[in-house]
Amino acid sequence: MENVRGWLHSVESAGTLDGPGIRRVLFLQGCPLECLYCHNPDARPYRCGRETDSYTQLREIARNRDFLIRSGGGVTASGGEPLGQADFVHSLFAGCREMGIHTALDTSGYLGARASDALLRVTDLVLLDIKHIRPDRYRELTGRNLEPTLTFAHRLAARGVPVWIRHVLVPGYTDDPEALDALAGFVRGLGNVERVEVLPYHKMGEWKWVELGIENPLVDTPEPSEAAVDDARSRLRRSGLPVF
Amino acid sequence: MTDTTVHTPLPDLPFLNPDGPRAHRGFRQGRWKRAVDVRDFIQKNYTPWTGSPDFLQGPTDATRSLWERVLELMKEEQRKGVLDADTETVSAITSHEPGYIQRELERIVGLQTEKPLKRALMPFGGLRMARKALESHGFQMSPATDQAFRSIRKTHNDGVFDVYTDEIRRARSSGIITGLPDSYARGRIIGDYRRVPLYGVDRLVEDKEAQLDSLEVASLDEETIRLREELSEQLRALGELKSMAAAHGFDIGGPAGDAREAFQWLYFAYLAAVKEQNGAAMSLGRVSTFLDIYLERDLAEGTLDEAGAQELVDHFVMKLRMVRFMRTPDYDALFSGDPTWVTEAIGGMGLDGRTLVARTSMRFLQTLRNLGPAPEPNLTVLWSERLPEPFKRFCADISMETSSLQYENDDLMQEFWGDDYGIACCVSAMRIGKQMQFFGARANLAKALLYAINGGRDEISGEQVGPTLSPITGDRLTYDELWPRFDTMMDWLAGVYMRALNGIHYMHDKYYYERLEMALHDRDVLRNMACGIAGLSVVADSLSACRHAEVRIHRDERGLAVDFEVEGDYPAFGNDDDRVDVIARELVERFMGKINRQTTYRNAVPTQSVLTITSNVVYGKMTGSTPDGRKRGEPFAPGANPMHGRDREGAVASMRSVAKLPYEHALDGISYTFSIVPGALGREGSDRTANLVGLLDGYFREGGHHVNVNVFNRETLLDAMERPEEYPQLTVRVSGYAVNFNKLTREQQEDVIARTFHELR
Repeated sequence: MENVRGWLHSVESAGTLDGPGIRRVLFLQGCPLECLYCHNPDARPYRCGRETDSYTQLREIARNRDFLIRSGGGVTASGGEPLGQADFVHSLFAGCREMGIHTALDTSGYLGARASDALLRVTDLVLLDIKHIRPDRYRELTGRNLEPTLTFAHRLAARGVPVWIRHVLVPGYTDDPEALDALAGFVRGLGNVERVEVLPYHKMGEWKWVELGIENPLVDTPEPSEAAVDDARSRLRRSGLPVF
Repeated sequence: MTDTTVHTPLPDLPFLNPDGPRAHRGFRQGRWKRAVDVRDFIQKNYTPWTGSPDFLQGPTDATRSLWERVLELMKEEQRKGVLDADTETVSAITSHEPGYIQRELERIVGLQTEKPLKRALMPFGGLRMARKALESHGFQMSPATDQAFRSIRKTHNDGVFDVYTDEIRRARSSGIITGLPDSYARGRIIGDYRRVPLYGVDRLVEDKEAQLDSLEVASLDEETIRLREELSEQLRALGELKSMAAAHGFDIGGPAGDAREAFQWLYFAYLAAVKEQNGAAMSLGRVSTFLDIYLERDLAEGTLDEAGAQELVDHFVMKLRMVRFMRTPDYDALFSGDPTWVTEAIGGMGLDGRTLVARTSMRFLQTLRNLGPAPEPNLTVLWSERLPEPFKRFCADISMETSSLQYENDDLMQEFWGDDYGIACCVSAMRIGKQMQFFGARANLAKALLYAINGGRDEISGEQVGPTLSPITGDRLTYDELWPRFDTMMDWLAGVYMRALNGIHYMHDKYYYERLEMALHDRDVLRNMACGIAGLSVVADSLSACRHAEVRIHRDERGLAVDFEVEGDYPAFGNDDDRVDVIARELVERFMGKINRQTTYRNAVPTQSVLTITSNVVYGKMTGSTPDGRKRGEPFAPGANPMHGRDREGAVASMRSVAKLPYEHALDGISYTFSIVPGALGREGSDRTANLVGLLDGYFREGGHHVNVNVFNRETLLDAMERPEEYPQLTVRVSGYAVNFNKLTREQQEDVIARTFHELR
């Protein structure tokens, strides 16, 4: 196992929303997508932020090992896009595996091709955000192609890697009922999805756009109502998915 | 030694209990029959509960009606500040006629005065304080009472100021030592109120008489004289306790015969204490598992059902919620709101490995549902990793619903204090009936750091308060120059601090001795001198800044360093970063070492706490800018908390930093306040419960001592500031206790909101 250099945006020592239990969440710097509703736009550029290496991070993780293991938690690599630094993640996860710590990869799947088989062997859970099941709408939302993400989803299914699908519900962008049905159809076909999470779009990251001096395209988009979130959840649930 | 046989109360068979009173029917015998030993009684007779809370019942109709009446009174009180106050009769155990809320509904009776929420007159701590307290709420002390005290009765406060040295006075008025109990009652003594229901007053009198007899010695030295006088006073107080109960129609000479009597006897004992003393903290101890034995016996005998059992607990707790003292606005600003610290320790583990959680532990927590959230009694869960899982989850759920619980590490404290200790005030553990403490407020370490820079001169007044040492004269503040000066300044501080405490407690014993509370103690008790420090994270960060960043000094025309400019980043306490966490640890250990070197009144064993209550706001006000970048007047972090907003890596990192502080050098407790928005605990109910349990397990396993848990949204608090009437029962945990949010000053409300909330990202 090699010590690999990496760039972090920040660390949350007590994450409870990115996988099971209490988790140390490493937000990795850099992301190839340009999502309209991004809540961490400051994590987009590569090779900036806090420079570190996997051994240093593993030492930190080791100190927190008891906390993480006993709460049924672990470590989550998030971002940014963690697969933008796939070697770094691989080194982290390999170390976690040695220490008996659960690992989760929080990804858009767009860079799925960079995830080596070796990395997937030490990945206990993938949190996959498909964003939109229609290629045209996906491109509108992210500026990129959908196809790599779907390929990655199939590859995870073939390998039997457990997946939680996370879907951010953005009014007017990702809440179209037919698209939700289509997403449900795709997910149902995979067979390795343990959980589907519908995450209401929130505006808590708005200040970051302002601070960065870039125009926020969703400045007028509201957060979805509770009823809209419930609707989306029941729709997916009706398709037989384990929705949370 | 472990007795694991399941014990169910036996029926009342005469041959099982040949010479015991009927009141002790069905109880297993033991040492407790031969000597006053409540712990032994509990161990022999309690039933651990490892099941779910499903058995719990809601409030009865009587509870609802009675509580509605109390809430009406409390609302009126909140409008007026004080509902009513006695201006003439000096409070004593038997000073007032029995008072009732609504007699036919009350399962437990007794009030501090003849009317609910009417505050008693208690001038023994300090006459001026009592007078000011009345005046600030629009009352006037009766001239006769005022005159009598002035001319014939010296108070604790008078005594203390007779002996204070100039040095102490200067240190006190500059605020380098503050909050000293020199003009009010010290509190923090827990009577073993359980002794009264278990034994009855007559047996306790016999015991005290035997103690007095044990002091029929050849030579009467000062120590023996004092103890003999104290024992005589204790005997008098027990007699008054019995009379007070008789006035309510109860003979408490004998032991309590059933659960209702047990609650009532115990409450009478506590009531007598709060009628006699208005101590800063009047804690209850550890009564729930004890009372459970009586409830279980009644349930087994078929004389009580679950609703009735819960009713007794609810009514008892209602009475505890109504304890009031007359305070000045200054005092309330220092301690936030109107606290009484009726602390009740719940749960924990026995030395034999059985849990001390009983069904009544859950019944006490259930009061927060039945009567709604409240700051008092200060319910304190003694947490162990080995607690039954259903109980842990129940506590977490109650915390998330009410933010009214605090948690303390039983696995840690058991090693020091056994399995029958209680918590006085916020975090001070003591063996019940066997140990007491001399409350010592705290020394301001942040100010001491500034004194080290300014050669003992106060950064605000410019006065020479500390010893004249060479000040730092350069423009840059370096660790190597600062540390030795600070070390010397702490030597001085520990000395003047202990001298003040010695004077205070000598006089408190002399002029305001806790007769009734000490009557419920053994003859010989362990006394602690409970010192404390404030500003720990400010000082640790300041020293870290000097070591890892550039700190420039700005001086005013007096030549005093009054501001600091920090260039560059430094590791701040609260991020699990050893570069600064070891500094914090070293500070705690060092100051304790200096306290340990002092001579103490009555050979008390010194301890210290890292606790500020809410006076972190007041201390901050009195302290100039500090080298960590904190500006003059800004609040310190409460207790052992990291400074606001400087813990950047979330809850686990913050908890791990605090957990590194050495309890063995801060045996009076290390307080940490944790606030989190519900959404940051997980996506849904059961996840959140499990995660909160996981955080508590993890924090305590790391060696953390205490944590307050607040679960709510910042928006809720902001809204409550604007529309207090919508949140009459909103309770917030602050350093070591809970307060009603509406009773905080605006400044304190802002401070609570500014504190680090663990939020979503």
